[in-house]
Amino acid sequence: MDQILISPERCLGCRSCELACAVEHFPGKDLFLAVAAEEPPVARIFVETDGKTNFPMQCRHCQQPQCVNACMTGALRQDNETGKVIFGQDKCVGCWMCVMACPFGVIVQDWRQRVALKCDRCPDRDVPACAAACPTGAIRFMPVPDYSKEKRQRYLTMFVDEEGQND
Amino acid sequence: MKMSLDKKTIDRAARQMLERTRADGVKTVWDRLEAQQPQCGFGLLGICCRNCLQGPCRINPFGEPSRGVCGADADTIVARNLLRSVAGGTSAHVDHAYEVVEALDKIAKGQIDYQIQDEHKLKAIATKLGLETDQKDITTLAGEVAEKAFESFTNHTSETMGWLAAWAPQERIDTWGKLGVLPRNADREIREAMHQTTMGVDADPINLLLATVKQGLVDGFAGLKLATDIQDIIFGTPQPVKAETNLGVLKADHVNVVVHGHVPLLSEKIVEWCRRLEEEAKAAGAAGINVAGICCTGNEVLMRQGVPPATNFLGQELALATGAVDLMVVDAQCIMPSLINVAQCYHGEIVTTMPISKIPGAHHVPFTLEEADQQAREIVRRAINSFKKRDMNRVQIPEEKVPIVAGFSVEAIIGALAKINAEDPLKPLVESIKNGAILGAVGTVGCNNVKFTQDLVHVELVKQLIANDVLVVATGCSAHALGKAGLLHPDATKNVAGPGLRQVLTAVGEAAGLGEPLPPVLHMGSCVDNSRIGDLLIALADYLGVAVKDLPVAASAPEPQHEKALSIGTWAVAMGILTHVGLPPHVLGSATVSGALTGQPVESLLGGKFYVEADPVKAAEGLINHLKSKRKALGL
Ligand code: SF4
Ligand code: SF4
Ligand code: SF4
Ligand code: SF4
Repeated sequence: MDQILISPERCLGCRSCELACAVEHFPGKDLFLAVAAEEPPVARIFVETDGKTNFPMQCRHCQQPQCVNACMTGALRQDNETGKVIFGQDKCVGCWMCVMACPFGVIVQDWRQRVALKCDRCPDRDVPACAAACPTGAIRFMPVPDYSKEKRQRYLTMFVDEEGQND
Repeated sequence: MKMSLDKKTIDRAARQMLERTRADGVKTVWDRLEAQQPQCGFGLLGICCRNCLQGPCRINPFGEPSRGVCGADADTIVARNLLRSVAGGTSAHVDHAYEVVEALDKIAKGQIDYQIQDEHKLKAIATKLGLETDQKDITTLAGEVAEKAFESFTNHTSETMGWLAAWAPQERIDTWGKLGVLPRNADREIREAMHQTTMGVDADPINLLLATVKQGLVDGFAGLKLATDIQDIIFGTPQPVKAETNLGVLKADHVNVVVHGHVPLLSEKIVEWCRRLEEEAKAAGAAGINVAGICCTGNEVLMRQGVPPATNFLGQELALATGAVDLMVVDAQCIMPSLINVAQCYHGEIVTTMPISKIPGAHHVPFTLEEADQQAREIVRRAINSFKKRDMNRVQIPEEKVPIVAGFSVEAIIGALAKINAEDPLKPLVESIKNGAILGAVGTVGCNNVKFTQDLVHVELVKQLIANDVLVVATGCSAHALGKAGLLHPDATKNVAGPGLRQVLTAVGEAAGLGEPLPPVLHMGSCVDNSRIGDLLIALADYLGVAVKDLPVAASAPEPQHEKALSIGTWAVAMGILTHVGLPPHVLGSATVSGALTGQPVESLLGGKFYVEADPVKAAEGLINHLKSKRKALGL
């Protein structure tokens, strides 16, 4: 099962992912139509920065989702098969418990419907729109073991370089 | 990333107004910078291209794609974008110059109600252009000079642009000729730059950089130099003038008119009509009419009319936040569209005047040279009318105002020096440089940029320089920043300048009968008046019998913002001058391009290069070291 995995050092802060996420959640899924729409679409991913590091943040679809625990109506639930944390708008009563419970601040308010809003991992797509839009590979949709291996390899290179044994 | 007030500006008047806008929920340029975070990395690196509809293309600096759809790589895209930006800056200055030449032409034809204020300069320029001046009446000569100027914008030959051929040193003309960068005429070169950068033309980053150098020369000679020369002829060559600066120059009991932008054609008339309609203002209950300036229109009327500068680029919204500006009349360049919103929240009318520079929500008065008087009168009357609607309870003018001395044209500087040595006026200055009393000279120019704490880099850099006996000349918003910080005043010579510099400036001041030293920073005018700095350097090099590139001098745009800063900087580098910038232009996506601009490739060809340093203390050190190395090479 692929996961959305981030390499913040590659994020240039272009916000292409935010744009793509918004367009993906617009009925026509078309940039020009979305830009012209009366009710513009809302992104579920947020590029945060502290001035040095940019970090695209969206729902992590936790295996122990605190938002699900906090939700009294069952609007948020974990899909047993895929592990995705799914939101059902019709059950949401707008109590914002999930907003408070999520440690990453990635549940926001849909200001039009006054219900919660979060990443749904693009059910209509194989690769989520943000990952597909990211031109630098800061957001990738891949298996966790592959990501970890890559990271181990990178650490190895750095380690060897520092020891001056590899040029 | 909430920015604290002292990170936003060092200007206390600006801080006071920022507290006010924050309390009132009025957005300013600082809020908008915050809202723009994070800014696009591709744009910052210059590796996005929108030059055709197959794009936009972006190059991944960490891997693929490494080419745009057409195959252009990062080097090509960065160099193309830079050339377009520099051409943008160049066209702003050339367009400005064209307007004033048009005015001179119409004066010569008796079509407009403007006069020639400086016949002496007209003759001097005509002589340099090879025109016969004897026995000719002034209007005929003005017409001939205008004709020559028009030829520098557009001609039908491949000869070198006349204004450059007449004023550039031969050593430079030879250097530029060898590189193939001598411009023919301004319009043609700007057009060619647009052609060269369009999809599928030039892909060679070095060829594109050479074309960029050519744009710099167009800017320097057909933009800056031409504009200054003609403006001096029409409006007079500046002489030292005393004034005050910062928001405290606004007056609660007066009608306050602010002129903002760059071109003096209308603002001179506004100043005149503010004086003429004084009685109407009094009848409306005001104590009189007060004119103040912002940006380079402000500098133009400061230099020639002593009009106080209210603030510089980043302060333009804050001037309106005083609630005391009854009318702000703008021409072109550096005018924030957000002025309308701020004026709506506080008070005052924004009047646009040029066909190419309109803002929704502003009142537009289509300015023409033919009807300049009627239009200026109408605008001042609108200001009086606006004053009547002003809510006095909402007026909050900061107390800050600082005395300044401005008006240092080359003619004024040489005039002061001539009081020491009438035969050989440059001698005292050159001797002071030779004996080390003055280490060298740095020109600080250009904008504010909201990415810096407003004025901080200008002021801290210059304090270091003058404390180390470096003479500073300044223009544009840099001069405003230094003025607000008290550095355009003789007291700064006493308190901040190093001993050598202090002694020279004191001697010149006394000899010139000023009863006080010259200020350690000489305000030479607007951004187009950077040509005055160029003229001074050419005269000094000529006197010493060396090339400009060998002089112990440097340039600095500490807080650059506008494309014009890039074109001015390119001209300075082409003249052979080390040019410091507080932040790099959008070129870091190409190591080839950024490396060439700041390194050996450009320096070996031109003698100058760019030097990027954001820290003012380190930059001062770098510039001082440069001056020392140039001194050493000259055997000083
Ligand atoms: S919303 Fe937050 S808590 Fe809930 S699953 Fe996603 S990341 Fe975890
Ligand atoms: S806001 Fe909606 S989703 Fe969140 S806890 Fe309340 S009911 Fe559940
Ligand atoms: S596309 Fe990549 S670089 Fe751009 S904002 Fe998204 S994560 Fe950042
Ligand atoms: S000119 Fe080339 S790089 Fe630029 S947008 Fe077109 S295809 Fe892309």
